[in-house]
Amino acid sequence: MNAPADTLNYEIAGYIAIFGIMIVYLASLLIRSHHLHQDEELLNELEKNQKNKEKEYGQRNT
Amino acid sequence: MNEQTAELSVPIVSSRPRLLKILDVISVILLVAATLMVFLYAPIEAVMGPVQKVFYFHVSAAWIGMLSFLVAAVVGIFYLRSHDSKWDVLALAAVELGMVFTLIAIVAGSIWARPIWNTWWTWDPRLTTVTIMELIYAAYWMLRNGIEEPERRARFAAVYAIVGFISVPLTFFSIRLFRTIHPVVIGSGDPSATGAFDMIAPMAQTFAFSLVTFTIIFIDLLWHRYRLGLRSARVEQIKMKLME
Repeated sequence: MNAPADTLNYEIAGYIAIFGIMIVYLASLLIRSHHLHQDEELLNELEKNQKNKEKEYGQRNT
Repeated sequence: MNEQTAELSVPIVSSRPRLLKILDVISVILLVAATLMVFLYAPIEAVMGPVQKVFYFHVSAAWIGMLSFLVAAVVGIFYLRSHDSKWDVLALAAVELGMVFTLIAIVAGSIWARPIWNTWWTWDPRLTTVTIMELIYAAYWMLRNGIEEPERRARFAAVYAIVGFISVPLTFFSIRLFRTIHPVVIGSGDPSATGAFDMIAPMAQTFAFSLVTFTIIFIDLLWHRYRLGLRSARVEQIKMKLME
């Protein structure tokens, strides 16, 4: 009976590709999440400052 | 888990819920177990040799790709009925995951094909339909990026996800309907297919375990991507509010 074809290198390459794409995607999720978190904090800070300015402006006018 | 603010329609995304943390741990454990089953438990196929083992994760990834596009179409219907932006966020998450898993299936399949078909790529009905399917969902992305107004964008994207879903059954049944060299492992296919094999019990068990593992990973990633989408929508809303 013939032995199976020697395709071990292709098996390894296949699994490197599978896990490689998964890792890249997970990293992209983490990076995007981190950036969005930073943006959200910055925007909340800006919103707060804007509200304070509006308040000050209102108090000066009254 | 989420609290609604009076001014913004998108809820604040709180820290990772307990159930999601548990799901993360289960996903990692299952992925490690599935990988060990593939490499240590599943036998080496008699003709193709070790490369046949790519099949377990290749088919599982393809299954998740199709499941994701089904989810996108279903939540697209929900969005059109309710106009609730959470369904749009979920549809986007599902399409993104569908594209990633379909890409995994295509790349893994191409690596398998090299020693078995003696080519990295051929325009076989299955390979052609899966490429068209991936391109259809790449266009979904472009469509979204081309529309500024959030409600209009969500409406168009929902309709597109529903219509685009036609490509999924076409891809699934292509190897059962057309003359093809792509093997059909479950059910009967073209007798001229190259690389077909009979699954013995340990192979079937590894295959079933991989399918379950990928499904759990899909739920976990979908949840993460949904939360990311909510955060993104909220940032977009705050920006618009500040610009007013």
